[in-house]
Amino acid sequence: MLSFALRRILVALAVAVTVSVASFMLLHLSGDLATAIAGPEATGEQIAAIRVQHGLDQPLLAQFLAWAGKALQLDFGNSFYFRERVSDLILARLPVTLTLGVVALCVALFVAIPLGVLAAVRRDTWIDRLALAVSVLGQAMPSFWFGLTLIMVFAVNLRWLPVSGNATWKHFVLPAVALGYYAMPAVMRLTRNGMLEVLASDYVRTARAKGLPPRKVLIRHALRNAVIPVIALAAVQFGFMLGGSIVIEAVFSLQGLGQLAWESIARNDFPVVQAIVLVLAMIYIALTLAADLLNALLDPRLRS
Amino acid sequence: MSEPVVRIRNLCLALPKGADRPHAVEDLSLDLLPGKILCVVGESGSGKSMSAYALTGLLPRVLRVAGGRIEFEGQDLLALDERGWRQLRGRRIAMIFQEPMTALNPVMRIGDQIAEMFEAHNLLTPAERRARAVALAREVGLPEPEQIVRAYPHQLSGGQRQRAMIAMALALEPSVLVADEPTTALDVTTQAQILKLIRELQQRRGMSVMFITHDFGVVADIADHVAVLQRGTLVEAGTAEAVLRNPQHPYTKALLAAVPSLAPPERAPLDGQPIALQAVGLTKTYTTRTGLMGKPRVVAAVKEVAFDLRRGETLGLVGESGSGKSTTARLAIRLIEPDLGTVRLGTLDFTTLGPAALRAERRRIQMIFQDPFASLNPRRTVEQIITAGPIAHGTPARLARARARELLELVGLQPSAAERYPNAFSGGQRQRIGIARALAMEPDVLVADEAVSALDVSVQAQVLELLEDLKNRLGIAMLFITHDLRVAATICDRIAVMRGGEIVETRRTADLFRQPEHPYTRSLLAAVPGMQAQTA
Repeated sequence: MLSFALRRILVALAVAVTVSVASFMLLHLSGDLATAIAGPEATGEQIAAIRVQHGLDQPLLAQFLAWAGKALQLDFGNSFYFRERVSDLILARLPVTLTLGVVALCVALFVAIPLGVLAAVRRDTWIDRLALAVSVLGQAMPSFWFGLTLIMVFAVNLRWLPVSGNATWKHFVLPAVALGYYAMPAVMRLTRNGMLEVLASDYVRTARAKGLPPRKVLIRHALRNAVIPVIALAAVQFGFMLGGSIVIEAVFSLQGLGQLAWESIARNDFPVVQAIVLVLAMIYIALTLAADLLNALLDPRLRS
Repeated sequence: MSEPVVRIRNLCLALPKGADRPHAVEDLSLDLLPGKILCVVGESGSGKSMSAYALTGLLPRVLRVAGGRIEFEGQDLLALDERGWRQLRGRRIAMIFQEPMTALNPVMRIGDQIAEMFEAHNLLTPAERRARAVALAREVGLPEPEQIVRAYPHQLSGGQRQRAMIAMALALEPSVLVADEPTTALDVTTQAQILKLIRELQQRRGMSVMFITHDFGVVADIADHVAVLQRGTLVEAGTAEAVLRNPQHPYTKALLAAVPSLAPPERAPLDGQPIALQAVGLTKTYTTRTGLMGKPRVVAAVKEVAFDLRRGETLGLVGESGSGKSTTARLAIRLIEPDLGTVRLGTLDFTTLGPAALRAERRRIQMIFQDPFASLNPRRTVEQIITAGPIAHGTPARLARARARELLELVGLQPSAAERYPNAFSGGQRQRIGIARALAMEPDVLVADEAVSALDVSVQAQVLELLEDLKNRLGIAMLFITHDLRVAATICDRIAVMRGGEIVETRRTADLFRQPEHPYTRSLLAAVPGMQAQTA
């Protein structure tokens, strides 16, 4: 297990380095940064001055090393727009996005896994059909529209929950449901299919032949095996929810990372964009690593 | 005679609508006597497994009990509800299955799976359960029981996994053990050990065993009583002695006659014939990387294998799983490249051919595969399957199609079979199609890799006869890979016994069976089920 974990961590580190190089290069390939920073009315001297000021006259490798060295200390420079440290901006916004992502993931898993299990156990009954309908709806409905509908029903008409903002936990309920519902169908289907396969397996028959009660057969023998691929998917979905929550954040006016990224792109605020890309990529890598390790913990065959 | 433990009366199991017959099992009556082993024998689809599952209430959902009674110690099992079944299962009636790899939960430790038997019936404390698991592991002969209970199924060999299954089944000292083909997936020497273990445990504990099998050799080794099923109907039942020595029903007689004999006929030597295929010093080593830092694992799959195969001769490559026989076959037709050594087709050095020449010459050596279901493309007609090779080698399409029909007749199928898809055929018929496909290339050498292993004995006998006939008529040389010594005895002129990647002994078939020289050959022969019965 230890050597497996070490190997996985090494691979994750290699990916992290590659991603940071890529994110650094992308920005430098997208045009002359100094010109972009200086704005359309700048003179040649101003641009040259900015180039020196930002170290853009240095060789690319030197620039990268300087940037990476600072990034390791969470120093991503200053935002061009806010005149604030990028790390402060991100740290202020990250908790909102993380909270939204975690709650949405929980919503998705708490609905998807039981529903998937039920649909498999009661295959071809109305429960199975209902589960299918719910998941098709989740896949088909644009999340912004679902978010707006939730606002109309629960915030505007029923007045149970606030419309927008991120002041209290109540503010997170509707966006988390909207985002979670979007991620739910894939998890539900994978759970259902996995359960169907496992329920037909020989070892579930063995478990029944032992005289185990159905609940134990279902959870210990069936679900325990069926859930292994679901974990990998959940990790990917979680990463997706962190990076792709822009729409939901916009609908609910949540001041999260997605909003910030969107605005910064519009404002040519390169340091912020670059830092967000890097942070999200690192979170993604960490999640994949966590999923791999968790999978190995659950499935002894992956360890050897 | 004592009261039966299990009394099955007029049992009827209904198949769903649209099946090939209305009942999986029809009007079945059987008695299982205390302390005896009853073998239920039949070919695939005979309903033998279903009658076993009915006894544990584990029938597939699509099957329905349509009538009859199953009494266990005087209790009517078919009247039980789910709770009643649960109390019985594992505790009074335990079961072991065919495939010990898939029958064990891959993510649970062996010991936990054994201990779970006690947990399922709320017996003992967790510590006591663990201790019993170790004791049971020891009783079924698992090595280092204290350690092995901490292992996962994939870390055990096939035989060890089946021992673990048996330990599980024995945990609560059931009075009936239902065994569904428990040795079919095992190597012959492992099979012999497991059969012996079941026999010993059954006698020590005075259990009754209902043993499902398709193999009359196994029946001869283990059965006290035999019941023969044909398409869901009991055709013959009696003591093992009576059924094996003096079968009454024509179906039983046919089945017994189809079992390949272990007394191979004398075959004329073929020393004068030219050599069709020659292997010299074939060696293949596999290196598996265990990750970035791990030491690579080196496995010598085949070591310096050498043989000659003459025109019109069948050479058997016999061995257990992992002995290197299939790797040898793949090397012979260059599906994989050897590390060392040479394959000659006639006088041609097959090993050094470049890609273009290899494509042209490969026509001369063709393969028949094990699984008649997986080895035919389900979306191509039989004609397309048979003609693809010749057309690729430049035969005009019309000629190839006409030849395909001739070949279908040659292998005993209707020429009209050409227009149909593989799913319209049974396993035996598909294997005939596979043979026609190989013959379409007009090869000098056929390589048959376990070509009859997936077939029922009666079908097996027909396909073996066909192969023999074709070989004689067309003068083809055949490399015949099999794990089954009975099959090898039937068809091979000479046999090479393989173990651990090496050929330990190559002899003429009759000589090999009469006086095996190598100790491994002797142990292999001794392990063949039904050997004692035959030599007695």
